[in-house]
Amino acid sequence: MLEAARSQWHPIAAAHDLPFRHVFHGQLLGREFAVWRADDGYINIWENRCLHRGVRLSIGINDGRELKCQYHGWRYSNRTAGCTYIPAHPADAPARTITNRTFPAVERYGLVWSSEEPLGEVPDVAGLAEGKLLALRGIPVNAPADKVVEKLKAYRFQPTGAIDGNGAEIAVEAAQDFAVALRSRAGAAETVGVFFVQPVDSNRSVIRGVLDQDAEGAARIAILRHHNERLSKLRDEVERDVANAPAPAPIEPIYERVSAELAEMPELTAHGRKAALRVAVARKWRTADGIAGFELRPVKGILPTFQPGAHIDVHMPNGEIRQYSITNGPGETGSFTIGVKLEPDSKGGSKCMHETVREGDVLAISEPRNNFPLRRDAIKTIFVAGGIGITPLLAMAQALKNQELTHELHYFAQGEQHLAFADRLAELGDALKPHLGLSPDATGAELRRVLAEYRNGMHLYICGPGPMLEAARRIAAEQGWPDSAVHFEYFKNTNKIDDSSSFEVALARSCVTLQVPAGKTILQVMRESGIDVPSSCEQGACGTCVATVIEGEPDHQDVYLNDAERKAGTKIMTCVSRAKSARLVLDI
Amino acid sequence: MATHCVDRELLNDWHIVADRESLSQDKPFPTRLLGVDLIVRERAGSFEVIRDDTGVALKSAERYGFIWTCLGTPRRDIVFIPEANEADRHLVSGGSIAVKVSGLRAVENFLDMGHFPFVHTGWLGEEPHTEVAPYNVEITAEDEVLATECKFYQPIASPTAREGFVVDYIYKVIRPYTVALYKSNPIQKHRLDVITLFVQPVDEENCIAHPYLCYLKDGMEAATVRSFMQLIFAQDKPILENQVPKRLPLDPRAETPIRADAVSVSYRRWLRDRAVTYGAIPAQV
Repeated sequence: MLEAARSQWHPIAAAHDLPFRHVFHGQLLGREFAVWRADDGYINIWENRCLHRGVRLSIGINDGRELKCQYHGWRYSNRTAGCTYIPAHPADAPARTITNRTFPAVERYGLVWSSEEPLGEVPDVAGLAEGKLLALRGIPVNAPADKVVEKLKAYRFQPTGAIDGNGAEIAVEAAQDFAVALRSRAGAAETVGVFFVQPVDSNRSVIRGVLDQDAEGAARIAILRHHNERLSKLRDEVERDVANAPAPAPIEPIYERVSAELAEMPELTAHGRKAALRVAVARKWRTADGIAGFELRPVKGILPTFQPGAHIDVHMPNGEIRQYSITNGPGETGSFTIGVKLEPDSKGGSKCMHETVREGDVLAISEPRNNFPLRRDAIKTIFVAGGIGITPLLAMAQALKNQELTHELHYFAQGEQHLAFADRLAELGDALKPHLGLSPDATGAELRRVLAEYRNGMHLYICGPGPMLEAARRIAAEQGWPDSAVHFEYFKNTNKIDDSSSFEVALARSCVTLQVPAGKTILQVMRESGIDVPSSCEQGACGTCVATVIEGEPDHQDVYLNDAERKAGTKIMTCVSRAKSARLVLDI
Repeated sequence: MATHCVDRELLNDWHIVADRESLSQDKPFPTRLLGVDLIVRERAGSFEVIRDDTGVALKSAERYGFIWTCLGTPRRDIVFIPEANEADRHLVSGGSIAVKVSGLRAVENFLDMGHFPFVHTGWLGEEPHTEVAPYNVEITAEDEVLATECKFYQPIASPTAREGFVVDYIYKVIRPYTVALYKSNPIQKHRLDVITLFVQPVDEENCIAHPYLCYLKDGMEAATVRSFMQLIFAQDKPILENQVPKRLPLDPRAETPIRADAVSVSYRRWLRDRAVTYGAIPAQV
């Protein structure tokens, strides 16, 4: 019976077991769950163990958007159960494949239902109409579910309208493996009670009763007490009955193994410009002058985990591919929100998004990639956004706000009407510092003020148009910010790419040597030889196609690496950069 | 859970079974080691350790203030701690703390810096200082797991610390159930305080941790050293008792290691190579 039970739906909690920001410890057929409701109402049912060191997530912290493990502070996102942050390595984005096992959740009849491998839907229960039900307190019983169900068939209770009386007539309306429906009648008073039995383990159960009518105040308490007393008595009887029989062995849950590459903690593996996801434009709106907001919902299933700073490739109807940062706050995983600025000299990207794409359209997007990861171990974080550069920094600021970490978001824009995503900005409170309508000189002066007083442990994140970004980086350096504390993301690479050189590239791990002729990139040559390397913007701005240089001198033409990284010569963007030496050896 | 131990390395080694100070002259002290019930009792001025099932007296010894025993034939001496011979140190037990988890999990937790800001908040760590910088791990010529150049920012690293500072640590796994840490003393920064954690494997899923502290006396009372250790361990205990499964999995794919876990990765591999299975879930082959 218990084997068949795996494919059935069972109640694992009452809806009232999931109050605001609580984590409930549930169990079904020997498997433990961490059950929590996010602030957006979504119920998460997860394997009750952190993937890192096996600590129960039911002792973790529900911050309304993410669940944080008590042991090492790993954060897991609402809905996707993907790990979004590993505090021991604040500069790194966690591998996307670190995702906890999730189980389906359905809220019905005042109960929360789940199943290991469900077939079909949560059963309709005749006699229980949604809305006016009363879920009783769960009664745990140390006995197998079938013994409890057997006993429940003879359960006697008073109908709600005659709770103080005695001797009501009871009829068994229906009985199944894990549920009994009883009708109690006393004169005109009549109540249907459905008693579900949750098989917690081979020898443990919980009786979850639901009555077909609700009550208020003292009457409600009287009903709950009535069933509490009688079900407790029933529990004592069942436990006495089974005390003499040998208890069945507990069910040993099988924990899935983590993927082989996670066990080795390797490099992130991603793929080329592939658009694995299909999303529908749920909403398109004008979020600021010249900026359209798009809310993208998955066509089926759920979206993958994203981290603040991540971007997606959007494949447009006209064949163009562009990168847009996800502006979502933590745990906001039902849709991705992006902002698109209409570029006056648009070659078809932003123009297509603004003019052609409409609500309801389906777009292909890539999985989120994070080449602009946010550290959360700073004593203070300063964000400097110029115009549409707000988008990644907005996601970051919301994440720090959620964790109550000190930050300021300096948003430079032409005027009030150019500030995008006003609703999200409003939630940041005093941390938001708009700087409106400043000339380039005035912007420089303001940046000098904002970036004064660098202290060890502070971090700076900049995103905006090229000239402003250059100015901010220069000013930061002048005011004593080390390269390692300054993080930036360009929209695009405005460097003039010189692709006239030709050289040899040896791929150490692939054991291949390739010739890169003038006019072709390293990335193109690798792809032509069947070597799959992830890429996104393919113009040296996003950092996706980075490779490690083992030998040789790179000719950097990207805008992703900072000066210290360029000087070190150990990293190269294979989509635009080339070699000054005759030969490069890459760790691919 | 009283599984039979078949690991020769453990059966033929010394283990602590009691803190000398907690024993009384007239009352036998029951305990358990590797699933075997034992009685520790006084006899003619010293203590003997008896198997409860056979009544046979086992090899026993008293050292560092603890009673030790061996279920089989000892192949080597009790772990030698040179700092225990230095006159300017307090030599105290941190108390015997029972933990409902495999002793191997307790050892691994002792090797872990990443949890300081979350489990020992305000003492051994504090957000946002959460980064675990790269450190070195090696297997020594004596076949011990040694982690060096470990550094972590700690607000109150020891009872005499007055302000936060970056503390230097060295970790050494000496035997499967014995681990030591050396950390910079806040007053004499060139010298190291030493804590050796002797873990008594009660059975596969229960242990008793016996921390043995060799702290420089400079500016510190013995009682303070002891209560600091108990404060810290009391913070670890509820976390350890919520680890699932209770035994330490040696399959590299059972859990998700990160770079900060380099020393525990080496420890698990070292256990696997030595064929230690007691308290572990062996790797699937």
